[in-house]
Amino acid sequence: MSESRIPAAYMTPGTSSFADFLTAQSPELLPGHNPVPGNLGDLAPHGTTIVAATFPGGVIIAGDRRATQGNLIAERDMRKVFPADEYSAVGIAGSAGLAVELVKLFQTELEHYEKIEGTTLSIEGKASRLSALVRGNLAMAMQGLVVVPLFVGFDPDAGVGKIYGYDPTGGRYEQTGYAGVGSGSLFAKGALKKLYRADLDEDTLVAVLVQALYDAADDDSATGGPDLSRKLFPLVHVITADGGHTLPDAEVAAVAEAVIAGRLQRPDGPIAELEA
Amino acid sequence: MSTPFYVSPEQLMRDRADFARKGISRGRALVSLQYADGIVFASENPSAALHKVSEIYDRIAFAAVGRYNEFENLRIAGVRLADMRGYAYDRRDVTGRGLANAYAQTLGTIFSSGGEKPYEVELFVGEIGDAAESDQLYRLTYDGQVVDEHGFAAIGGAAEAVGGYLKERYTEGATLEDAIKLAVAALGHTETEDREIEAKNLEVAVLDRTRTQPRKFRRIRPATLLEILGSAAAPTAPAEVEAAAPAAVEPPAEKPADKPAEKPVDEAPLAPPADDDGEPPIAPPLD
Repeated sequence: MSESRIPAAYMTPGTSSFADFLTAQSPELLPGHNPVPGNLGDLAPHGTTIVAATFPGGVIIAGDRRATQGNLIAERDMRKVFPADEYSAVGIAGSAGLAVELVKLFQTELEHYEKIEGTTLSIEGKASRLSALVRGNLAMAMQGLVVVPLFVGFDPDAGVGKIYGYDPTGGRYEQTGYAGVGSGSLFAKGALKKLYRADLDEDTLVAVLVQALYDAADDDSATGGPDLSRKLFPLVHVITADGGHTLPDAEVAAVAEAVIAGRLQRPDGPIAELEA
Repeated sequence: MSTPFYVSPEQLMRDRADFARKGISRGRALVSLQYADGIVFASENPSAALHKVSEIYDRIAFAAVGRYNEFENLRIAGVRLADMRGYAYDRRDVTGRGLANAYAQTLGTIFSSGGEKPYEVELFVGEIGDAAESDQLYRLTYDGQVVDEHGFAAIGGAAEAVGGYLKERYTEGATLEDAIKLAVAALGHTETEDREIEAKNLEVAVLDRTRTQPRKFRRIRPATLLEILGSAAAPTAPAEVEAAAPAAVEPPAEKPADKPAEKPVDEAPLAPPADDDGEPPIAPPLD
């Protein structure tokens, strides 16, 4: 920044997208730039399970803390849920390093747009930008470095929380109610299918999501459960009309401990009622 | 056969400087004041959508007078430089000094190159630190000079009268309310009279180190300004004529100000956000 005159490209009006600007000016800084041949899937750790669900007036996203590499646990305390801006958050599954870079680019993208334009993107607009970033990673995905996000946000105009799922080609699918991504999401979604109700309040929904993550960890070796000895608990991010905040560890710890206490009585977790 | 003119370099530069100064002096003044918790920027600006003061990065703000298209280009370049550096390195590696340098080089090169017309702009680059002593305020002129200002400074038309007014009354470590009152009084001061400027014709923004969010820039909304200025800015002030531009009451750019303040990501929810917590509504990335 201390070189001489600012390059002409910086002074040229045009895009409000940081990713587009980066692609034009410094493509070497893009996540997954310079792909090399071969399958790279085993080179980097993988992040696993993310779940999200809406409740009246907001949306919650939660993720476990484990990253694996082959049969080994690579990270026990990884962060896979990130605030993207005040009213949205993104959880990531897949190739961990690349995913974190992608999130950093996405966060910069949203902030950059806001500063240049003086206004925020719509929730749909944000989801669409994330599509473009995921699609930009397609070459890496073909080589085994897949990144699949789960995007949640609060739509201030409609007053509701929204969830968007993605595929590795950047395909974007709005989800209703709840969604999951990552290796353990199969089991987590099974749990959510039985436990989720659209009218749950915030605290109950947090408990439901932690239950779902517990079920994922129960059956998927790549998903980490609550780690009482190390005091590592799922990351839970809540977004409402008042903005977003990540729940403090102590709060999630209390929920997780309650879940574990319940499982000591009934290892398979709460029973869904058999009614029509 | 015609003999080419000889124009001495001194004369050439003087002419260019006169040209730039004339353009700048047509606009209104903009003042910048250091107060106890940061830096406040204030200007008379009837448009609520076209800003003179803007956020560049977490702790860095930009304020400018002169030709809008020229300083808007500089602002966008600044945002791009800052975001690029923050993305490639770390958020802490983006500094106001670096940005002021880049602006100085750019303005200086444009001023002395024969092929371009000099920019008719004057800028502030402000950066706040953890304490008032580490706050920085740079003033940049059309020819690329950088002045490291202390306490207060004014740019734009009538900058001398406004600066003189501030010099007599400025005190260090003032509260935000006092700083804003002084800034607005200074903006209305001329050699001949003291005008009262309506709150809706003011653009006031601060870099506020008491904000819990990493992004310290916020705009002060007209309603809050009205409270601070009290009757000093009654709606009958003569400044009404300036509001010729049909600025909408709630233009899109102001919309985010209606949203609640952001919260720190790793802390418990804060008390309901203060009314004056304007833009930006977005929590920046923490990792």
